[in-house]
Amino acid sequence: MTTSLDKAADAGGPAPAADDGGSAAARRAIDWRALLIEAGITAGIVFMLSITLVGIHIANVTGGLAILTRFADVVAAVVLAFVGRVGIVLIREGQPIPVLIGGVAAAILGLFVPPMSLIGPIFSALTGGEWTPSVMLQVVQVAGGVVIALRAAWVTWRTRGTLAEQDQRTGGVDRFGAQVQRATRFIGPIAVVFAFSLPFLFYDRATIDLATLVVTYIMLAWGLNIIVGLAGLLDLGYVAFYAVGAYSYALLATEFGLSFWICLPLAGVFAATAGLILGFPVLRLRGDYFAIVTLGFGEIIRIILLNWTQLTGGPDGISGIARPSFFGIADFTRRPAEDQLAFHDWLGIEFDGIHRIIFLYYLILVLALFVNFVSIRIRRLPIGRAWEALREDDVACQSLGINRRNIKLVAFTISASFGGLAGSFFATRQGFISPESFQFIESAIILAIVVLGGMGSQAGIVLAAILMIGMPEVFRELEQYRMLAFGALMVTIMVWRPRGLLSHRDPTISLAAGSKPPPDAAKRGARP
Amino acid sequence: MTGAGAATPLLEVEHLTMRFGGLVAIDDVSFAAAPKEITAIIGPNGAGKTTVFNCLTGFYKPTEGRLTLRRDRQALLLERMEGHHIAVKGGIARTFQNIRLFANMSVLENLLVAQHYRLMTASVFCVAGLLRLPGYTRAERRAVDKARAWLERIDLIDRADENAGNLPYGAQRRLEIARAMCTDPVLLCLDEPAAGLNPRETAELNDLITGIRDEFGIGILLIEHDMSVVMRISDHVVVLDYGCKISDGTADFVKNDPAVIRAYLGADEEEQIAMPAGTPADGSGPPGGGEARP
Repeated sequence: MTTSLDKAADAGGPAPAADDGGSAAARRAIDWRALLIEAGITAGIVFMLSITLVGIHIANVTGGLAILTRFADVVAAVVLAFVGRVGIVLIREGQPIPVLIGGVAAAILGLFVPPMSLIGPIFSALTGGEWTPSVMLQVVQVAGGVVIALRAAWVTWRTRGTLAEQDQRTGGVDRFGAQVQRATRFIGPIAVVFAFSLPFLFYDRATIDLATLVVTYIMLAWGLNIIVGLAGLLDLGYVAFYAVGAYSYALLATEFGLSFWICLPLAGVFAATAGLILGFPVLRLRGDYFAIVTLGFGEIIRIILLNWTQLTGGPDGISGIARPSFFGIADFTRRPAEDQLAFHDWLGIEFDGIHRIIFLYYLILVLALFVNFVSIRIRRLPIGRAWEALREDDVACQSLGINRRNIKLVAFTISASFGGLAGSFFATRQGFISPESFQFIESAIILAIVVLGGMGSQAGIVLAAILMIGMPEVFRELEQYRMLAFGALMVTIMVWRPRGLLSHRDPTISLAAGSKPPPDAAKRGARP
Repeated sequence: MTGAGAATPLLEVEHLTMRFGGLVAIDDVSFAAAPKEITAIIGPNGAGKTTVFNCLTGFYKPTEGRLTLRRDRQALLLERMEGHHIAVKGGIARTFQNIRLFANMSVLENLLVAQHYRLMTASVFCVAGLLRLPGYTRAERRAVDKARAWLERIDLIDRADENAGNLPYGAQRRLEIARAMCTDPVLLCLDEPAAGLNPRETAELNDLITGIRDEFGIGILLIEHDMSVVMRISDHVVVLDYGCKISDGTADFVKNDPAVIRAYLGADEEEQIAMPAGTPADGSGPPGGGEARP
């Protein structure tokens, strides 16, 4: 089935580019039988996938669990998949214009006509069952229609160009990455200014909370980027250092009453120590083995936190963690303790709970920018170059006299200490921590941000974090299909830019043509 | 040309044996390499040449034998040193049979990574580097100057900021040699530097290697299959076959050694080994018969 279609595609490949004026039907004979079989197979796959995942679901009803069926949704999904596949095949076969019209029509229909209002009554009439159409089907119809229409439009536009122009366009995407990278030099400061003015632009608790969350993940991802993006070691257990930082602050604050400003560096030191201890045995390993062992360590830390009840409180976690003061000068409470000064009294303004939230936001922003500064600087140092060299070829590194184990250990330790700083911030922001917050999924999200942003790209990480953390909030409307939409977005990005959003790498040092010393001086430099 | 064993050798390999399980890759090989000389190690495929290199540069721990390097009137036992110390303290630099550049880093960065140790010392645990103290920036400038000098020498100065992986093959070979030289070695080990080069590039490579020997006065160990390189530039040739040394001497001596001819060509085709020696001086290379590659 596919072979016959592929042959047809091969035979007619260059045709659309050649004749521009001919009618669409004359361009290529369409093998309708093969087309229907292909669409049928797609529909069949959708049926098999959806019959169990969508068709049957177990719900809580009074008196226990019950199996509910949603076969109408399955039927609708199969029909959509069938029609969509026909559209895709038609695009491939050089008939983009009818598909463009059909796709736009399907999207508009899905937007304005109540979802599946055509199939619904038929289904009810046939089976006598009641069917409440789901929102997701509408989303699929609209999104599918738009995607197919866009593809059709793209093909229509592209077939006008020659092959050389297409090559240029592909190269253009890469050049675009490089340009964006160059532009971050100007966009970066603007973004920082924007980030600093954000609490005043949106003087609203929810927005600032979300921004704080996003910046926390940016900081974590910048920290992890040192291990993953620069040193090229796949660390699946980064959340362990986050947890160490959070618990060290929580325990120091609740047991010894130390203030946040003393504990913050201590948390970094503790996390760095944890990184050093974990690093020694782990760093002998390479590649996949390294990834699996770090995954294990991440879980071990969580399980220790869960079971060492005397110290960590076990699953109950630690509550009543002290909130940070304004650099030890003033407190963010309405009525502080006797010897304390209240922030609003100190400034002589009205008390408002948002002051602390804004302060926390600035705190994490400054911490994140500190991590960013160190990362950028360290990348240009010999150790940063050694990390990248290690990622490229560790055998060559050893032959150049680089102590691989120490270099990796430094990367691990620095990265861990940044994770620890973020962890202590997390503890002070929440006021309560438990092992629940340090599950594997957190490591996975941080890693996904690094990979999605383009390994080693600082700006890419910011973009990816906004997408990864911000998008689920935006998709909250979709309720249970939120993660599905999120997954679709991830897949789209990885198809569109397989090496991450901004994967362009700038050299850490460049030989500027202007600063050439006289040749004899250069030769002298070469002598050992 | 001086023969083997003139004055004190730079490197002495004594009774080197390397076994991988039951397989004996190198069997009791002894030879010496003199300073300021090019010592070639040749032999058919699988003779154990690269294994000798890997033992010398610390990638393998030899099963038996002693590897002595004389540097600054000190004798260093290489088989007891850690891999990365061999490059820094021993001063042995190497290139690889299948080029191992840092492909996604720029040409200049490749040369700076080679000067890692010195720059790292200057950056004082990164602190001086993070703050960009003058001591560090000075060291960095010196490192860049050195890299620049090497780039001029290997004719890659115009491509310094390009990714090393984008360079043509011949340029990558030269860059790898330059990178090894940036570690300031006393012994440079080149593993098939002429593999995959065209005759003109091979001639340039010959000039580069002899130039390094004459200018820097270091010893060079060379594994090569291309006889136009071996016969023209080596001062001393060691021939291995099935892990054993079968011949050792000057290029002329080795070329006419019956054991070598037997190992390369079998006993019957003695006349073919003469061909590489007769290759014209413009470096147009052997027409294939002289190369021992399959």
